Amino acid sequence: MRYEAPRTLESAVALLAGEPGSAQILAGGTDLLVRLKSDIGEPDLVIDIKRIEAMKAITAEDGGWRIGATVSGAELGEHDGVGAAWPGVVEAAELIGSTQIQGRATMVGNLCNASPAADSVPALIAAEAVARVTGPDGTRDVAVGEIATGPGQTSLAKGEIVASILLPARPARSGDAYLRFIPRTEMDIAVVGVGVSLTLDASGICTAARVGLGAVAATVLLVEAAAAALIGTAIDEAALERLAAACSAACKPIDDKRGTIEFRTKVAGVLARRAAAIALARALSGHSTARKAEK
Amino acid sequence: MTQIHVSTTINGDAVEFLCEAQETLLDVLRDRLGLTGAKEGCGTGDCGACSVTLDKRLVCSCLVLGAEVEGREITTIEGMADGEILHPLQQKFLEHAALQCGICTPGILVAAKALLEKNPDPTETETRYWLAGNLCRCTGYDKIIRAVMDAAEQMRGA
Repeated sequence: MRYEAPRTLESAVALLAGEPGSAQILAGGTDLLVRLKSDIGEPDLVIDIKRIEAMKAITAEDGGWRIGATVSGAELGEHDGVGAAWPGVVEAAELIGSTQIQGRATMVGNLCNASPAADSVPALIAAEAVARVTGPDGTRDVAVGEIATGPGQTSLAKGEIVASILLPARPARSGDAYLRFIPRTEMDIAVVGVGVSLTLDASGICTAARVGLGAVAATVLLVEAAAAALIGTAIDEAALERLAAACSAACKPIDDKRGTIEFRTKVAGVLARRAAAIALARALSGHSTARKAEK
Repeated sequence: MTQIHVSTTINGDAVEFLCEAQETLLDVLRDRLGLTGAKEGCGTGDCGACSVTLDKRLVCSCLVLGAEVEGREITTIEGMADGEILHPLQQKFLEHAALQCGICTPGILVAAKALLEKNPDPTETETRYWLAGNLCRCTGYDKIIRAVMDAAEQMRGA
């Protein structure tokens, strides 16, 4: 195995595209280093992207926030602007692992690791976040939901790197939330995870909603029927009931030691209702508003 | 395989070492630099026994490559006491008998110190969540938590 720490995105792409053997990107390393020690073994080349200045930043962009690929969970959690605009995304990213893992793990890494149970991804999908992908043929913007194609599999072509994620600007009266079920209170992998983002009009009617559902299918799902259950309503009991039913109906889970099919299907609905209620409360409290760029 | 030359700072001292690309910071600390306070429990970031700080962030050194720390600042358990004078956390761990076999102790001390630097007055709940990534298979955690809370109180008074 060779180790390279390029200073620019272009040189990282060139290294990745030009490696005849296997190559892996190293950001936080909390998944990659575990893999290096596993039966899968070492790649021929590891490209550490943490020396690339542009990837370290959280920057205001068009009323939203662009999160660089090497921003750790701890750095994201300490950023007041992102936390105010997208509390659900931040709380999802902060649920990943321990304090030690938070010091290293990145949201882009969580996306690219392509686990169906990735905590930040349902919240990112609910947020309609966009990944900026740079490769040998240039740069393209891709909906985060299109990155993972199956467990551990991505749509990225050879030489492509996710350089950042854009969390878009939010209208007033918007809120988001993420909840997951694990058998204990900390340090576990989601059995079910639900991200909900919604926007209300001045009279309290839901005008837009998105629901991301994790750990119940081969990839994190965008559940349009669940969003449709909220849109046009005041998010009353009947709407929440329909939301829960839509989430349960969308589940195609596996049966494993951490949760049965029946359990995951039921809990998806329960968590979706609770997450929607939190997102609603945040939208009503003005906790999340379209924030002006601070710098 | 050509070894990688790394210059870094450990516990305030400039340090240089050679390592292989796949070698972890934990392996470098223990096997190349003789700093054996950080322990390998799981090697996969679950147990926290290898906790160190890297540019003031608490991390598992088993999940950091040695090559990554070029130009960075690392602190380990070896940098915690001031010569013969124990850090208040170390003293309180002794007073509360907050350890049995001791394998997890260096990692927990490093993690607790990082907590108190960020939040000198944590609640018990905050302390328990902060230390959730440090596993101890002996004490049942209560003595550890009491020692950290007591040390925090003493350090606030100092």
